[in-house]
Amino acid sequence: MNQAAIQLKQTSRPKLGVFKFASCDGCQLSVLNLEDDLLALGQALDIAYFPEASSRMEAGPYDIALVEGSITTEEDAHRIRSVREQAKVVVTIGACATTGGIQALRNWADVESFKQVVYPSPEYIQSLRTSTPISEHVHVEFELWGCPIDKGQLLRVITDLLAGVQPRLPADSVCLECKRRGNVCVLVAKGVPCLGPVTRSGCGAICPSMGRDCYGCFGPMERARTGPGLPPNTASLAKQFHGGLQLIPVEVVRRFRGINGYAAPFKQESERWGQK
Amino acid sequence: MVPEACGILPIAHFQRLLEALHTRGYRIAGPTVRDGAVVWETVRLVSDLPIGWRDHQEPGRYRLEQTGSSQVFGVVHGPQSLKPFVFAPREPLLQIERTQGGFAAHPKLPRADKIAVIGARACDLAGLAIQDRIFLNGAYQDPSYAARREGLFVIAVHCTRSLPTCFCASMDTGPQAKTGFDLALTEVDDHLVIEPGSKAGSDLLSDLSLPPAAQHVIGEAAARVGACARSQVRKLDHTRLPQALYDAHDHPRWDNVAARCLACTNCTMVCPTCFCHTVEETPDLTGQRTEHARLWDSCFTQEHGYIHGKNIRPTIKDRYRMWLTHKLASWIDQFGTSGCVGCGRCVTWCPVGIDLTEEVSVLLRHSTRTEQMPGQV
Repeated sequence: MNQAAIQLKQTSRPKLGVFKFASCDGCQLSVLNLEDDLLALGQALDIAYFPEASSRMEAGPYDIALVEGSITTEEDAHRIRSVREQAKVVVTIGACATTGGIQALRNWADVESFKQVVYPSPEYIQSLRTSTPISEHVHVEFELWGCPIDKGQLLRVITDLLAGVQPRLPADSVCLECKRRGNVCVLVAKGVPCLGPVTRSGCGAICPSMGRDCYGCFGPMERARTGPGLPPNTASLAKQFHGGLQLIPVEVVRRFRGINGYAAPFKQESERWGQK
Repeated sequence: MVPEACGILPIAHFQRLLEALHTRGYRIAGPTVRDGAVVWETVRLVSDLPIGWRDHQEPGRYRLEQTGSSQVFGVVHGPQSLKPFVFAPREPLLQIERTQGGFAAHPKLPRADKIAVIGARACDLAGLAIQDRIFLNGAYQDPSYAARREGLFVIAVHCTRSLPTCFCASMDTGPQAKTGFDLALTEVDDHLVIEPGSKAGSDLLSDLSLPPAAQHVIGEAAARVGACARSQVRKLDHTRLPQALYDAHDHPRWDNVAARCLACTNCTMVCPTCFCHTVEETPDLTGQRTEHARLWDSCFTQEHGYIHGKNIRPTIKDRYRMWLTHKLASWIDQFGTSGCVGCGRCVTWCPVGIDLTEEVSVLLRHSTRTEQMPGQV
């Protein structure tokens, strides 16, 4: 991975491509929301392909590909391979690309029946049975979590890549950021089922700062899939939701089966409580 | 308490004390109600303080209740100790810039604000004394901490009410503040007994020209603090520490607590003495400058246990054992004092209510390795 960063350091004005799959475009908008930093980004990088922002669409290869969205169609499953072939570094942006997103709720349901209910002519709908993260299809160098991503974190990853260093993406709990901000713990002081203790930091603890319980949009802390550390202790938190905060099992299921419900630690926890 | 030095101030005239602090150029930080707890905020008027409020604390639970009384210091404490005033959650240390062929590093120091903290408890002062030892009195002095510490004027409140989570009496740190304050207050019905603890405190007190507190009021204040100490139900038996915890290294209880612990870092964040930190760079996109800052960190994070090529504390069991053993045992070897002041914050603010006093009592009950272990712990 350092190899990729070192390669980029030697490239003058590396080419950036931004690609969309099944998603709401919110993470791409986070790129546009960089405001003043967007100008600096446009100078440091050649923004060669970004249909959300510009009608200039240059062909690959690209040095950095930012990929938003999950894989939900046969066509997208082919397209992501082509993106991978054209990019030195693939960075997923957001919950959809990183874990399958909210649309991965279909993975526990019957997609055929949805089609019949929603569409007058369901035979025109070509869709896979599941919504899956990019990493289930191609190799991914870096993953940015969040719904949407934190724009500062995106800028930081690009800054680090340009500098030729390993991007630092903390995988600590939201609680650490929450306490650094001087927030009062909503779980302890209000008794709401906050997912902060098992969710990775990076958002700046936005929801608890507004008095709301975290709903895990940054995904499981520490080892969400691979990498160092351990999967978070979701079992203990779920037990507290049920025993301490009086959530019934189906509410515990819904807590973990949200925006990142298909991320392994959350998936396993919701399935455990689904059987109760 | 030196009785002849104590003044008495009716609560109705409490504003006079705040004015005197303002006149001396202090920003006053006091307990205020925010988001269901008390936190330190700037106070200007007595009415900014949590009048009539009480806190109810138990493992994993904190609630405030408005009693309708006129008591000003009815809330014992919130999640914050004095730590954030001196050991900032994020402290910029250096501004680094590229120069021709190299770089220049410019040290950054916090602005030396004058802050008067009103309402610090005995446990908070004990915590501050430990942090002073770590950041100021060792071989190296921390300039950022020193700058923040310099401007701090501490007004303590002796506790007249204990929470079920308090165990300062067993740690010999409270509920009476003994040292480390400039002024100390005891709230006795509608009066405050004010006791000086430093030259600066004495000067301020004499400027207020208060009448001396009557002997029977001082007696009543002392009686209430004493009753508060006796009312404490939680205890931490530290008589056999540090050795007993070292002996408990292979105790099965560590697995039991690891199954409950979330490694979320809350206990360490609210602890008045935990001082672990990390450093981070915040470079700009051009790579020409970066800010080097220190942030609160915790021994419960994955990265904290990582040394070159290896994580020495990969499991939650490793991390909890490291924290508890350091806090209560090796801290004594390292700093000559326990790292625990008995405030009970780690008990209350643990999302799953892990109680260190309970963990210690189980760990020490069967700490001798040769001793027969019970079948079910």
